[in-house]
Amino acid sequence: MTTIKTLQTALRALRRNKTRSALTVLGIVIGIASVIAMMEIGKGSSGAIARTIASMGANNLLVMPGTASSGGVTFGAGSVKTLTAEDAQAIQDECPAVAATAPIARARTQVVFGERNWVPTFIYGTTTQYLEVRDWRDLTEGDMFTDADVRSGARVAVVGQTIVRELFQGRSPVGKEMRIQNVGFKVVGVLSGKGANAFGWDQDDIILAPWTTIKYRISGSTGNSPTGSSSSVASSTTTAPSRDAVYPGTTGDLYPAVTSNMLTGGPMPARFANVDQILVAARSGDQIRPAIQQITQLLRERHRLGPGEPDDFSIRDMTESANSLASTTAMMTNLLLAVALISLVVGGVGIMNIMLVSVTERTKEIGLRMAVGARARDILMQFLVEATVLCFIGGIFGLLLGRGTALLVREALGWPVEMSVEAIVASILVSALVGIVFGFYPAWKASRLDPIEALRYE
Amino acid sequence: MPEALIQLRDIRRTFHVGELDVPVLKGVSLDIARGDLVALTGASGSGKTTLMNILGCLDRPTSGEYLLDGQEVSRLSSDQRALIRNKKIGFVFQSFNLLSRTTALDQVIMPLAYTASGLSDRDAKARAKEMLTRVGLGERLDHTPAQLSGGQQQRIAIARALINRPPVLFADEPTGNLDSTTTMEILQMFQELNVSDGITIVIVTHDPNVAAHCRRNIRMRDGVLESDTTSQPRSVIPASADHAHASGAQR
Repeated sequence: MTTIKTLQTALRALRRNKTRSALTVLGIVIGIASVIAMMEIGKGSSGAIARTIASMGANNLLVMPGTASSGGVTFGAGSVKTLTAEDAQAIQDECPAVAATAPIARARTQVVFGERNWVPTFIYGTTTQYLEVRDWRDLTEGDMFTDADVRSGARVAVVGQTIVRELFQGRSPVGKEMRIQNVGFKVVGVLSGKGANAFGWDQDDIILAPWTTIKYRISGSTGNSPTGSSSSVASSTTTAPSRDAVYPGTTGDLYPAVTSNMLTGGPMPARFANVDQILVAARSGDQIRPAIQQITQLLRERHRLGPGEPDDFSIRDMTESANSLASTTAMMTNLLLAVALISLVVGGVGIMNIMLVSVTERTKEIGLRMAVGARARDILMQFLVEATVLCFIGGIFGLLLGRGTALLVREALGWPVEMSVEAIVASILVSALVGIVFGFYPAWKASRLDPIEALRYE
Repeated sequence: MPEALIQLRDIRRTFHVGELDVPVLKGVSLDIARGDLVALTGASGSGKTTLMNILGCLDRPTSGEYLLDGQEVSRLSSDQRALIRNKKIGFVFQSFNLLSRTTALDQVIMPLAYTASGLSDRDAKARAKEMLTRVGLGERLDHTPAQLSGGQQQRIAIARALINRPPVLFADEPTGNLDSTTTMEILQMFQELNVSDGITIVIVTHDPNVAAHCRRNIRMRDGVLESDTTSQPRSVIPASADHAHASGAQR
């Protein structure tokens, strides 16, 4: 018996018992529909959870300059200046696992507004990308400074909620001018509240400004050297002192000119426009490992490090946060998988039950088919195909119902919903598989019937 | 005399009921010629149904030889027997055994699904239509069994039995569920198929009237043949006018 004929026979048999077929299918329809709806809602919420955790910095990597050593004495991470803002740009442009990067020049100093003063935990000189890297997109007031501000080293800043409270006493700071290290900064925006990070640091106690401005106007003039020593190794940033003189008239020439010697692979000169660290956002939690690899490779190349030389930088990831993200997502997925399996097994048992009833009821038909020449395997195939077709149809309707339910939930309850192509493909395949698995026993039973007994069956 | 279509040699069939061996057929030898019209009679428990099952390749004898159309079939596997049933044997049952809620046309086409010949759908339909027209139901292709009388249902069953053009037709009490008028119509159809198409027909029956319409009467008793007589069969209606009359009567 050909496949097409078997399929036709199965469809004809199912049409003969429309009501029963429909009711049988209902089990699978509900099973698959609940799986699809669960998966879409679940994917939506785990997406939302992933975004929440990502905003805590789980996807972030921190690239730090390497350690300097002299005569066997190392000076700790960040003691040499090897990272530049150009490195940050290159990482963003050339590493596929990286979503965004932001160079950071740090300062820690007093900020004055009117009669009040405050020492923020973080004074970060960075680029506009910082907010994207930290997934900190919403400002409660005003705007982020612009790329043009960064290029020109403009004296503008965005402040966090704690600064607003402590320095501005809760009043709107936008448009006001505060002084950092005697340099006037105009506040252009206020960040939304983020609270403390995993280590208890108040993340709202922050001032963001163009890294060029912080570097050349603040940390440059502070020296920021704990010992006050002239050794460039110990200070947190090296500076180009001439920048103070030319500021604010010029915009370019932040980096030393590339000489022909450098282009041909000669040693790089000391980096004048270095930054303290580069903050990197990987595309997702599982992209962190590839991102580390790609960044390492890229920076080794850019820094002209030979095969034997140690890295002149180090990369830190927020492993703990990343792990919690991964385990939350995995738990969510497993939970849904369990629900899905239970639904499908219940549906499958329903199919098996009805197929058994159907085999008993159609014993005479089976006997007749055998009498006119159906072999055992023809009967087996007929009932197997019937069960599979039933499940498949149930899968299709379940899919539609599930999508509909998910959309309804989104509209009515406002839950995040995300379509899951894998779930759709998997549930169609699984429904067909359920048909085969649960249809096999009844079909096998039918095929084992003795034609004489079957014909005599009443 | 041409080679017999059916040759049975010392066919025995023993059933095992628990520890007991119950012999039902105790050595049956029988030849049935091509184109014969045979009635198989006997009391209940005489073994005629068992013999019929063996003849119809639904069952295998415990011992003995069975040549059907020159082929030894008594030792074939169940798949091989299914093929023989499909190609060489047509069945007609007392209870018609039609598929419920299925049109006459689909009933008749059904056995073709198990045929390897690979008839196209259109050819299959054409042949089924032809068979239904033969049995006088050319106008009722779309009727389901519930919409038809007993006689009409049995005619669909006959058309279905003939769809694969088998040389032999086995009918197990084909008129057992029919009234006397319809019985005559069915018998007439058998005679006609027998005469005009040369189809060999074996009818198992209790009814002496049915047996009287067959050329050869075989009587069984206690698992052996009791008597085997050949006589001029009683004809229902003169052969030439049969068909038109029957069709007319149905409408």
